[in-house]
Amino acid sequence: MDCTLPILILAIPITMFLILGLLGMKMSHKLAGILGILGMGTAMVLSYTVAFDYFFSGNELFVSAGDRLQYTVFDVTWLQFSERLVVNLGFLLDPISAMMLVVITTISFFVHLYSWGYMEGEKGFQRFYAFLSLFSFSMLGLVVATNIFQMYIFWELVGVSSYLLIGFYYKLPSAVSASKKAFIVTRFADLGMLIGILVLSYYMPTFNFIELTAPGQPEAVLASTGGATFLGGSVLTWALVLIFTGGMGKSAMLPLHIWLPDAMEGPTPVSALIHAATMVVAGVYLVARMFPLYLMEYQALDFIVGIGAITALYAAMVACAQVDIKRVLAFSTISQIAFMMVSLGVARPEIHEGLGYMSSMFHLFTHAMFKALLFLGAGAIIHAVHSNDYTSMGGLRKYMPITHITFLIGCLAIAGIYPFAGFFSKDEMLSAMYGYSTFWGVWMTFVAGLTAFYMFRLYYLIFWWEENPHYKHHKPHDAPWQMSLPLIILAVVSCVAGFIPFGELVTWNREPYHIHIEWLKIAIPSLCVAIFAILLATVMYAKKNSLPDKAAAIWPGLWTAAHRRFYWDEIYMFITHKIIFNVICQSIAWFDRHIIDGTMDAFAKVTQRTSYVIRGFQSGSIQTYVWWYIVGAVALATITCWAIL
Amino acid sequence: MNYDQFFMMQQELGVLAVFLIVFLFDTFCGKNSRSAVTPLAILCFGIVTVCGFFCPSTGEAFAGMYATTPVISAIKSILNVGALIVMIQAVNWVNSEEGAVRRGEFFELLLVTLFGMYLMISARHFLLFIIGLESASLPLAAMVAFNKNKYESHEAAVKYIFTAIFSSAIFMMGLSFVYALSDGSLYFADLAQSIALGGNSVLLVTALAFVIAGFGFKLSLVPFHLWTADVYQGAPTSVTSYLSVISKGSAAFAFLVVLCHVFGAVYSEIWEWMMYALIILTITVGNLFAIRQRNMKRFMAFSSVSQAGYIMLGIIAANVLGMTSMIFYILVYIFSNLGVFGVIQSIENKTGYVSMDDYRGLHKTNPWLSFAMTLAVFSLAGIPPFAGFFSKILIFTGAVESGSPALYVLVLIALINTIISLYYYLLVVKAMWISPDEPVVPVFKSAGSERFGLWVCCAGIIFLGLVSCIYSWIYDASELAASEGFFITLG
Repeated sequence: MDCTLPILILAIPITMFLILGLLGMKMSHKLAGILGILGMGTAMVLSYTVAFDYFFSGNELFVSAGDRLQYTVFDVTWLQFSERLVVNLGFLLDPISAMMLVVITTISFFVHLYSWGYMEGEKGFQRFYAFLSLFSFSMLGLVVATNIFQMYIFWELVGVSSYLLIGFYYKLPSAVSASKKAFIVTRFADLGMLIGILVLSYYMPTFNFIELTAPGQPEAVLASTGGATFLGGSVLTWALVLIFTGGMGKSAMLPLHIWLPDAMEGPTPVSALIHAATMVVAGVYLVARMFPLYLMEYQALDFIVGIGAITALYAAMVACAQVDIKRVLAFSTISQIAFMMVSLGVARPEIHEGLGYMSSMFHLFTHAMFKALLFLGAGAIIHAVHSNDYTSMGGLRKYMPITHITFLIGCLAIAGIYPFAGFFSKDEMLSAMYGYSTFWGVWMTFVAGLTAFYMFRLYYLIFWWEENPHYKHHKPHDAPWQMSLPLIILAVVSCVAGFIPFGELVTWNREPYHIHIEWLKIAIPSLCVAIFAILLATVMYAKKNSLPDKAAAIWPGLWTAAHRRFYWDEIYMFITHKIIFNVICQSIAWFDRHIIDGTMDAFAKVTQRTSYVIRGFQSGSIQTYVWWYIVGAVALATITCWAIL
Repeated sequence: MNYDQFFMMQQELGVLAVFLIVFLFDTFCGKNSRSAVTPLAILCFGIVTVCGFFCPSTGEAFAGMYATTPVISAIKSILNVGALIVMIQAVNWVNSEEGAVRRGEFFELLLVTLFGMYLMISARHFLLFIIGLESASLPLAAMVAFNKNKYESHEAAVKYIFTAIFSSAIFMMGLSFVYALSDGSLYFADLAQSIALGGNSVLLVTALAFVIAGFGFKLSLVPFHLWTADVYQGAPTSVTSYLSVISKGSAAFAFLVVLCHVFGAVYSEIWEWMMYALIILTITVGNLFAIRQRNMKRFMAFSSVSQAGYIMLGIIAANVLGMTSMIFYILVYIFSNLGVFGVIQSIENKTGYVSMDDYRGLHKTNPWLSFAMTLAVFSLAGIPPFAGFFSKILIFTGAVESGSPALYVLVLIALINTIISLYYYLLVVKAMWISPDEPVVPVFKSAGSERFGLWVCCAGIIFLGLVSCIYSWIYDASELAASEGFFITLG
């Protein structure tokens, strides 16, 4: 396959970043915006071409006897440290990377377009587009990585660009602290990932994903650990769990989720791109990428299921009690990604032929579309009423019909109502979970019900409830076309994406899988749960009434706790400020000031003294110089003779 | 006679040709056009430098007395670049009052010494080697005495010529001992053979000690370094920078050839320990003296003493990596040191200030000069991501690669010294950027040639560490040399 197109997919965003970053300030807003949009649009078209070629051309490079193949478009050596330790940069094409190319470029393009309206007139408009391009480049580089190191490099680049975008309003203290929080928390998680990679690299013959996950290779890695264990878990389990820690950070799994709600301080298009559709699914992607290795240790997969299930329930409960509409969407994102994680964790060859893997990727795809839609819709609303709180909204359906309809479609999709996209992926995930264990199946069905409830709570509070009196002075209206067009297109996608025969395209072993909906056992019960939840939300929130207050008063403690996000931030604050800063840091500071500085000062004093004492050596008289010259030469000869002969 | 072998000496012939052009032009041109000698010299030498990169030659000439290999072409090309920068930086000075009368002489003397150094590097017979060594030393004395109206310049020249003659005498005495050990041949290959067969003796040890002392003078290794500070201070700054980089770089490579090739057989028995002691002394004493200096040129003299110790780490490693990293170190050292001297020279030419105290608050009046100086000093101190960091890491890696535990200790000592050196290098930075005093040096615009030289140095300092192809180029050449038996089986 010609490698021009794939190279261009990566080259265009980074070129745009350089152009906009270096020359942006000399351009007008319009030019910068058009450049960014055109660049991303081209990258999108190219990605579609590449993905279409991969999935449908029937080229024997990509498909053999019905099974899809992994194909390295190019792979160049960047740094070679030793025979084995080589860092390559390349482009790997396989079902999941092709799918991610489509997802990333699509969402990124719509966000570019949307931002043209949303960010209009903002200071640093060009800088915003430059950062968006940098992010797109990093994310694309991450998904096409051919080896662990490349993935790690781009993983960190994604972290940096996310940091830059969250802190875009750098004059706002809350944005600055949110960006720092996001960076530090994910960086901590990445430390775990790095340790995991290093542990794994001790046993791996190669860092290349294709070679590493080729049939027989994971077994060889397992064999090479020689059954070594550490604190009750096998070494491989530890390595895989540590690598997953990196994914927990990026994908905001409990207890490393605390950065994501704060990251909503960034501009809303950024939240749609990074904190809903692309970066936060990097953790899911990471596990999917190394999935054959995870299959070697079911313990690690069970760990993922546990973390994911708890996170899903936790985030769904918190989402029911938030006031800020972006925070609701943020917690909903956490919960949905946890869904994907659980689904990935329950994927086993013996459970519905590894259905969990397919459904997780399917949900990743559909979720990216409808969550981006919801975020962009929320952006349009915020743009209209200049506030993030639902208390300053209500009754907006008359004023913003386009936003209303598209937002409703997004809500129906995420709630899993037939025939919207979320129904299909959620149904497959639930089948996989019931196959794993009925307990987790019921648990996740309950979470799905909660999802429907809080999403419709949000929907009713924004568009129904009671019309806000402020509208008389300031009449809200639908957003300009640059913002509405992405909403409409994404809404259409959310309606039809479920009918994509996803099982034919993406599966864990790349063999086609025929999706069949288990209407009686899974689909109808979960549909009933969702409809019940929606009805409940309708009763409580469609018109202004006192039911919500009464409901909150049943368990006031629970409501407050959920509202305060179960005090996770307070716990973190206590640990860092009270324990780490006071106890650990202060003692280290004392050691540093007295012992280390003292030693260094002593060295410095000795050096100065010696230097003072021997200065007579350099007398300026040439006789002395020659004298020392002879002494040196003779001494060299004599001492050596004496020593060796 | 086979005249083809002359073409193998293209680097030397190139230098010689430029010398002749400059010399003839300077002698026969009219009084009015004499100022054209400067651009002529630089242009011609620039062409030679560029050609040197593109047509490396390989082979032996004159019955094996002269040899050239890719690695030798590499080091010569690198020295060419350095010499070219020195010339460019000197333009303003030779055109000034004190230099203008003898403008051509500066370039002529410089080219002759360069010719001598190249002979020294390529020599495979001690006769040719001595010719190279002497023609590299004696004209330098004339260059040191270039400012004939200045007392310090004379004093420096006297000290230089006296020590140079003395060290030559010692060196040749050592050579005569070696000659006595061999079967009457001064070919490197024959000597290496007889040394390998003969085993060690008092005569051999003494010979080696004297040879090392001879090189110790050129490289200013402690305790053969005492001339350095006085000469560096007294000589015109252009000459000082030439002395500190080109003369030192060529001698270091020749030293590598003599030790690893001729005396390679007695590496671990004799000279590893001599060099071990000399390196520790050189780095430490150089550093200790540098701490106390206030005059920038004296300061750079001691800094270059200690840098020479680091360069020697590449020799004591005695392997391909050592050779590569030494050449790379010289390359980086050329750019960094010339960067520092470029700034010193600009300020000295305009204002006459050379003391570190005069540099206080320099950033307020001359931010670009301060920037260049900071970059160069950081590189000398080995601060990442500048080239000096990579060259230090590589040269340490080379020494550690040889695997002996003693060399680990040596590298550790060198590392500790790096910290000491950081102190005095940062003194300069502190004076320029942090010192609250009113600036001493007034605002001025340095000459175009000086600025150009500084830009080149800064670019080198920034990019050499990041662009790996230059290192790979040197590595391939060194590996080729090693595969052709450069390193005599080290005993």
